[in-house]
Amino acid sequence: MLLFLLEPGHIKAQNAGVSARKTAKAAAPIDLTGYWVAVVTQDWRQRMVTPAKGDYASIPITAEAKKVGDAWDPAKDEAAGEQCRSYGAPAIMRVPGRVHITWQDEETLKVETDAGMQTRLFHFGNGRPHSGPVTWQGESVAQWETPPAGRGGDEEPKSGSLKVVTTNARPGYLRKNGVPYSANAVLTEYWDLLKERNGEQWIEITSVVDDALYLRQPWVTALHFRKEPTGAKWDPTPCSATW
Amino acid sequence: MKRTHIAVLVAGAVLLGAPAFGQVDLSGMWAAREHQDWEERLPGPDPVDYVGLPLNDAGREKALLFDYSVMSQPEHQCGYYTPFYNALGPQGLKIWSKNDPVRGNRVVAWKLSGFIDIDVTTIWMDGRPHPSKNSFYPYSGVTTGTWEGDVLTTYTTHIKAGYVRRNGSPSSDQATMIQHIMRHGDLLTIMSRIEDPAFLSEPYVVSRTWVLDPRANIAATSAACEPIAEVPRFDVQGVVPHYLPGKNPFVNEVSQMYHLPLEAVMGGAETMYPEYRKKLKDKYVRPEKCVRYCGQDATLGLITDGSGKPERRESGR
Repeated sequence: MLLFLLEPGHIKAQNAGVSARKTAKAAAPIDLTGYWVAVVTQDWRQRMVTPAKGDYASIPITAEAKKVGDAWDPAKDEAAGEQCRSYGAPAIMRVPGRVHITWQDEETLKVETDAGMQTRLFHFGNGRPHSGPVTWQGESVAQWETPPAGRGGDEEPKSGSLKVVTTNARPGYLRKNGVPYSANAVLTEYWDLLKERNGEQWIEITSVVDDALYLRQPWVTALHFRKEPTGAKWDPTPCSATW
Repeated sequence: MKRTHIAVLVAGAVLLGAPAFGQVDLSGMWAAREHQDWEERLPGPDPVDYVGLPLNDAGREKALLFDYSVMSQPEHQCGYYTPFYNALGPQGLKIWSKNDPVRGNRVVAWKLSGFIDIDVTTIWMDGRPHPSKNSFYPYSGVTTGTWEGDVLTTYTTHIKAGYVRRNGSPSSDQATMIQHIMRHGDLLTIMSRIEDPAFLSEPYVVSRTWVLDPRANIAATSAACEPIAEVPRFDVQGVVPHYLPGKNPFVNEVSQMYHLPLEAVMGGAETMYPEYRKKLKDKYVRPEKCVRYCGQDATLGLITDGSGKPERRESGR
């Protein structure tokens, strides 16, 4: 009897899923597109300037990571064409700068950064099979997380967040001064959209980096970006190993 | 007929047991992760370190009068920090709900305890208005909350004057705070937005994350505090530790230690934005080697304090 009472809505939701699955863009419960600026109120000395060699404050590094960090040589990185090491996926959102978010297509959200001129692609659905060379931004699989649908199952989600899992990023630095992450690092992010009383919109990113080689425990941080009305302050700047 | 009634009752119980739309269970023990601003949150910020703070001129002037010794005065030893400290401090959080005693599953308030140095925050969810600005209020201020989707947004008024950074960066009794509380599985993130027309030129926004940990064992209230005479001269009535305007001896210390231009150390809204890096670029020379507060883990031989020397400790101790 209980199953009978619950079944109609369940079937309806399933049918809707089969016959008219919405694209990720159409199903988006929040609109993350636009220009956003990082407001740097946290870890200022480690983010706004390149900190001293050996400054590992706030990162739960392993002894192996310390070895790599202690050997950091930015001039060598620059000479080797490795100046983007601190702009990889596990680090890029902490780099002071602006991000521009657009839909590349119906199933791919594109996040560009002016600092380091990087592009992250968030693939919805089953993700894109990996092919080609390993990149700084790796492979990101995205999904919307929404509250349970209203009773009857036909209500549009009114809120939600974006979950992104990134793997296969080229090894690089979590911090400009050579604190490393490995090729096996996994970055999990939750993107929330927040609206303030004065009309401002903010993105909040909760970020977890797992890396058994270089981190004693997952590195858990949170970052915020404020929406800007235009791209007037967009300032593409190439990667730098020294600044 | 009888069977139908039972089925309806069972179905009703199932549906009512599910959370109402937009309500997430926030309750639990949430352990802090000092993975951001470790020095500021645990050892404590250096004197006259205002980087990344949107202080206005009045805020900066008041901050420069601050002498850390004021914390040793008997009348200040047991004073609570403001509700901002939930976001700015190092502690874990214990969160629980108060339910309507009649309607059972309706949450009328959420309670946040930061355990130490801070009053318990009550987030009223019953739609009550904020009281008159002249009404009595506790250290926790007055906080109301509403769900916006799966995000609990709170608004705090009636905050006593205090600090937005433990080095005397001030907040006034006109300050307010909005917090957005988000839960993603075992992660709890709070974005806090502090506004203060007296001492800040822009909102000060800080984000922190906690991890669910049933073993965190965070108390629901702060431990009892008994003030004692820590420094004899503070028992003399009228002694108030402070620096006169222009006389703070620490003004140049952070600038010299970290090779930062003094104007950056003095803070201000401008220092929060990426374009400020252009002003720093030609003035900043990276210190060759970290010599203080280089990390939390003494077993790695890191310098964990301001002494300039590593604290040698064996792993596992």
